[in-house]
Amino acid sequence: MATAVATHAHPPTSTGLDHRKIAIWAFIGSECMLFASLISTYLIYKGRSVVGPFPHEACDPPKCATHLHAILNIPVTSVSTFVLLMSSLAMVLALAAVENRGKPGYEGIMGSSKLWLLVTAILGTTFLGFQAYEFTSFVHEGLTIRTNLFGSSFFTLTGFHGAHVTAGVLWLVTLLAIDMKRGLGPKDAILVDISALYWHFVDVVWIAIFTLVYLIH
Amino acid sequence: MATAAVSPAYAHAGASEKSGVWSWLTTVDHKRIGALYLYTALAWFAIGGTEALIMRIQLQGPNGHVVSADTFNQLFTMHGTTMIFLVVMPLSAAFFNFLIPLQIGARDVAFPRLNAFSYWVYLFGSLFMNSSWLLGMAPNGGWFGYAPLTTMAYAPGLNIDFWMLGLQILGISSLAAAFNFITTIINMRAPGMNLMRMPMFTWMAFVVQFLLVLAFPVITIALVFLQFDRFFGTNFYTMTAGADPLLWQHLFWIFGHPEVYILILPAFGLVSEILPTFSSKPIFGYPVMVYSGILIAFLGFGVWAHHMFAVGMGPIADSVFSVTTMLIAIPTGVKIFNWIFTMWGGNLRFTVAMKFAISLVALFTIGGISGVMHASPPADLQQTDTYFIVAHFHYVLVAGSLMGLWGGIYYYFPKITGRKLSESIGNWHFWLTFIGVNLTFMPMHWSGLYGMPRRIYTYDAGQGWHIFNLMSSIGAYIQAVGVIIGFWNLFRSRKNGEIAGDDPWGAPTLEWSIPSPPPEYNFAVIPTVTSRYPLWDVKSPQLTAEVPHSKHGDERNDVQVGGKHVAAFHDHLSAGTPEGGINPNAKQASTKVPLKTAEQLGIPMPFPTIKPLFVALFMTFMFGSLILIHKDKTDLAITGVLVFAAAMTASLYLWLTSPLEPNHT
Repeated sequence: MATAVATHAHPPTSTGLDHRKIAIWAFIGSECMLFASLISTYLIYKGRSVVGPFPHEACDPPKCATHLHAILNIPVTSVSTFVLLMSSLAMVLALAAVENRGKPGYEGIMGSSKLWLLVTAILGTTFLGFQAYEFTSFVHEGLTIRTNLFGSSFFTLTGFHGAHVTAGVLWLVTLLAIDMKRGLGPKDAILVDISALYWHFVDVVWIAIFTLVYLIH
Repeated sequence: MATAAVSPAYAHAGASEKSGVWSWLTTVDHKRIGALYLYTALAWFAIGGTEALIMRIQLQGPNGHVVSADTFNQLFTMHGTTMIFLVVMPLSAAFFNFLIPLQIGARDVAFPRLNAFSYWVYLFGSLFMNSSWLLGMAPNGGWFGYAPLTTMAYAPGLNIDFWMLGLQILGISSLAAAFNFITTIINMRAPGMNLMRMPMFTWMAFVVQFLLVLAFPVITIALVFLQFDRFFGTNFYTMTAGADPLLWQHLFWIFGHPEVYILILPAFGLVSEILPTFSSKPIFGYPVMVYSGILIAFLGFGVWAHHMFAVGMGPIADSVFSVTTMLIAIPTGVKIFNWIFTMWGGNLRFTVAMKFAISLVALFTIGGISGVMHASPPADLQQTDTYFIVAHFHYVLVAGSLMGLWGGIYYYFPKITGRKLSESIGNWHFWLTFIGVNLTFMPMHWSGLYGMPRRIYTYDAGQGWHIFNLMSSIGAYIQAVGVIIGFWNLFRSRKNGEIAGDDPWGAPTLEWSIPSPPPEYNFAVIPTVTSRYPLWDVKSPQLTAEVPHSKHGDERNDVQVGGKHVAAFHDHLSAGTPEGGINPNAKQASTKVPLKTAEQLGIPMPFPTIKPLFVALFMTFMFGSLILIHKDKTDLAITGVLVFAAAMTASLYLWLTSPLEPNHT
């Protein structure tokens, strides 16, 4: 009956990949269309707002009641963009540490998945801090989600991205908790792998947003 | 052989089934979830059909006043929304659930609990949307809900809130299911089941999942904008703030046109299963059928603006979308001809399933041809917003999708329940439906061309529309009788139908190699697949002798797959299966030996769990709480959202931290 028992275990997957890896790619494909819709709407509405503040140009009377300067703060956002990109690097190191647990070259700091997960989460949170600062300052300068088309489309687009980063940070913190509790080894690499794919995707979307919303006039 | 020791023994239908309400609430078995989808969708079909009947009573003669104009708006909105999102899509999902794992030789879907979650979200979302009827505030903006007409300025009632939140919830169900099925099909195919050996239904289901994954996020965002506009005062659809009046239309139809293919391709897949079986011939041009399905889906993303010719996009946009729309007729025509060639020269058996399938081929063609007529902007400008359009899409969706799905129900009911539907009652069901559908929708071409606009709640005498409307109404009543007979057939055959056996139709694909209804583990031994028609290779090799990718065709062509010669014999499929031949009347010997349980066979099965139901329930409440914002109870709404979000997260946490199945190595 040895052969019969062998047939009862879960058969290997058709591709050799874990189910979760394929599902996360399908999910990312879906998310691409989500952000494509948001970004397209932002671009279609660019320059159509009838009142200020505007993203790249000042607004003076009589169009606006008072002088409003161009609202996007590119130097500050460049810093937060850099922070987010560095978080992807930390994420790569976290995955490498989990996958290569115990192998030569992964002792000490390189092998500390806890450290790199923590760094990724902190950098993600820092990015969110920058966004909170940006949103608050915009509101102080008179731009809310109701002010004009720019406000509606900008806050919705970047807010959706921020929500994705928040979800990613919660995911990372959960992984960190598991790592603290029982340690993540090569067998758990898939858990970190799919969160890393998600995290990098959210980063890539930010590169598109930073370029299209902030850099291009 | 070792395989003989574990080959399934035969038990008659319904043996060793767990039952009781709790087992249904906690099930993660793809077959039972499929059954839940089936019966829920049929219940909504009765309701959506009743809505249509009320409209037909109103329009039967001039100056009908059975319902008010406002109620009529709610009726046509909910009729469309119900039939699309709560009937045809879930009926397709019923078949995705039931068939995909069986057709590819898997024991379940990739994520069984996510699958249960999808169903419960669908159920609660549909209940949420329809609960608006109890308040007398059912959605009334049309199934397409054109903004800015649906913004607060023009639609101040709760009606649209129920619609947009309901659709948002239902979208989550479809997306979760799509990720699940994509993973299942890519990753859980039995050894040897390469992509070009997959049954046509699984192929079309696969294509549809990609449409879902790529189309639903777009309407999600369109709905988010609408929610923000209505609840938070944003400006996405506010014309005075400079908004584009076409933004909603573009986003909606970028979703809406692929949605059309989401509705029809599963039915195409079912027909592609039914026709070969009852023609005793392999499907004609399998690869071309696959490629044309993919091409339809691909082109389906490039035609959306043909729904918008009347808004004046200019000659260039009109021309481009006109040409792409006409292009889609080519792969669709290929499918129609391949079905005809499948039947050509075949040994045809006119079962009820076959009749429904053939009527799809014939009637969908009528709807397809009127569709090509709309592809021409000058013609479309005459037809748009008239009953001609109503005639067109009902030929596509009722005479197309629904006929195909009924065919699928007649064909697969024996596999789902172990008993056949009555053919004699089924014939009444089919012919009344067939006559009713044509009598209802054919005259609408004329009332449309005579200028009758869509969505009017009543009309004056003397406009030349009366006779056509009377015909449509009589046709609708005939359809209703047909559907009631069909429901009766389903109800009585569940208990009293003829015992089906494994393979009542002499079909070629894997799902017919296992008992009916299948045991919870589906396959006692995962089959090794060596051809597109594994059962015909065993039972009636003459049918596949000429087919490449069949076992015998491969022998003839000396095909190597994955470095291995593929002409292995299907021992495991014939083991314990009496040689049945393709005589449809041959019954499998039904012994009293009960099927072995998964435990006896040592197959790890997922635990039943209630957690996905709770996640779905709390998520529905979370979205539903948003409606309080409209009533200026923002504090209460925020409290509700936070409480239910917390409850949802807690249930989700419990779900994710509990093991899927018993430990095994």
